[in-house]
Amino acid sequence: MNIQTQTAIKADNGVNTEALIGARGAFAEAPMAAQFTFKSQCSWIEGTYNANRIGSYFGLGQEHERSRTFMIESDHPKVFAAADRAPTPPEIVLAALASCLTGGVAAVAQHRNIQLNSVEAFVEGDVDVQGILGMDPEIRNGFSAIRVRFEIDADASRDEIEALVAQSQKRSAVFDILTNPTQVDVALS
Amino acid sequence: MIHISTLIIGAGQAGLAMSHALAARGEPHVLLERGEIAQSWRTERWDSLRLLTPNWQSRLPGHAYSGPAPDGFMTMPEVVAFLSDYAARMDAPVETNTRVTSVTRDGAGYRVATDRGLWTCRNLVLASGACNRANIPAFAGAIPAHIHQMSPLGYRTPGQLPEGGVLVVGASASGVQIAAELAAAGRDVVLAAGHHVRMPRHYRGRDIQWWMDRSGLLDTTTAEIDDLARARAVPSLQLVGDAGARFLDLNALQAAGVEVAGRLASVRDGAALFSGGLGNAAALSDLKMTRALAGFDAWAEAQGLTGLPEPERFAPTALPARPRLSLDLNGGRIATIVWATGFRPDFDWLHLPVFDRKGRIAHRDGVVAPGLAVLGLPFLRRRKSSLIDGVGADAVALADHLVTTSRRVAA
Repeated sequence: MNIQTQTAIKADNGVNTEALIGARGAFAEAPMAAQFTFKSQCSWIEGTYNANRIGSYFGLGQEHERSRTFMIESDHPKVFAAADRAPTPPEIVLAALASCLTGGVAAVAQHRNIQLNSVEAFVEGDVDVQGILGMDPEIRNGFSAIRVRFEIDADASRDEIEALVAQSQKRSAVFDILTNPTQVDVALS
Repeated sequence: MIHISTLIIGAGQAGLAMSHALAARGEPHVLLERGEIAQSWRTERWDSLRLLTPNWQSRLPGHAYSGPAPDGFMTMPEVVAFLSDYAARMDAPVETNTRVTSVTRDGAGYRVATDRGLWTCRNLVLASGACNRANIPAFAGAIPAHIHQMSPLGYRTPGQLPEGGVLVVGASASGVQIAAELAAAGRDVVLAAGHHVRMPRHYRGRDIQWWMDRSGLLDTTTAEIDDLARARAVPSLQLVGDAGARFLDLNALQAAGVEVAGRLASVRDGAALFSGGLGNAAALSDLKMTRALAGFDAWAEAQGLTGLPEPERFAPTALPARPRLSLDLNGGRIATIVWATGFRPDFDWLHLPVFDRKGRIAHRDGVVAPGLAVLGLPFLRRRKSSLIDGVGADAVALADHLVTTSRRVAA
């Protein structure tokens, strides 16, 4: 760990915290503008192979197009008799958690003027597949536990880096989604 | 209808401090009190509760603790006596057993209806307390009917609860104290802990309040705070008014047999669902405590204080490897839920457009509107505003504001 004191130097992690703080002020004045709806559309291709297209969202009172339509494919590995063309949905959830926390570390570090040199997140989730195979009603389908381990090189003390990791969890959407219950409604059109 | 220059609603420490400040400025005033002096302290606190601040810190304008135990902690009857003595010494003009039912605008002043008659005034001071109502989440409505529910405002003693286990929701001072007391009485206790603030009762041979007071932390003003809404919502420290209990944190509670779970997030199908984020809540709390203690150490060093024991650091909060994520409320283990989820003031009778979109009274350093001030709320003007030790300076400043403003208008 690289411990230095660089109070006079402005950290640059590529996060525009001034704009984010400005948005906070704007949303405090107009809370309706802070109501966002994110969207993804999933098309079945074959077997367990399918593809999500993410191209627009609602926010600031209106629809917005993304700069392009992003694709996230999903499939299952060969051990589940699939063709292993893409990650499984639970792996995408793990990736979403790691991405959310890693982005949070960068944003919090920027706000605290801490220069990051490298950030690696290693995420693991344990699943007993007897649950999804319907073999034992006492075993849940989802992860029984998720672990994230960060390796961070930053111009800050160990305590300051631990505080980055803790604050990124406190403000993370996906950490909240995974740790708290969410009402999910699925309907047929 | 009676007219008086200034009315104060509430005769606790805030109202009495304001009365003292107004009397010193020759401002005619009356206090309207729904019950007796110090009513909340008399009727809305549990039996074993003691103040979280040491006796030396019970300081009001013209009145301070002068007994033989400056480092002790007052019981509720002692707090009531302390405030009653204050009122008697200054001969405060209190109308007791007078409940305010409505406040409306009346020309340049205010019209205050009570169950014992109508008043009008030019200036009005809201000093009715910050903790009149318990904050209870909406999903409490989904809790099975056989579960007994209460808040700390109604809790008195373990024997009052029906037989059986207790789910205490909230790990601030009220929640940890009630959980510890119930566990000591032999109850099976589960504590749902969200974000909380761990702190030792004493550090380097001094009470934690000594450090917060002397270092100037409690004097921090609203102007010095970036995010005031957040500062006003900080939960109370995990403390008890007992010098012998250094920590009343999650470690101490678990050692006493309390099961700790994450924040109570929801109730679904008769089951309480807890957050899986307890580990991070504890980590944030540990980091915050360590930063606070390091700040005190740095202050002591800069002051050149000598004779203090060496700085200490404390082991992190230890948690079960797999804290529970759900609890079946129909399973027979839990008979009672205690909502120690915070408090809010009751301003239902205040019929004025002075509330923000979340229903909180909007004010700047205690000034709500022309001739209207509020006292005793968390971080009203300073970090110590909600303490007995902090309300006096706020009362003096707001008394100056009200008196000079109304006399300028009158002239």
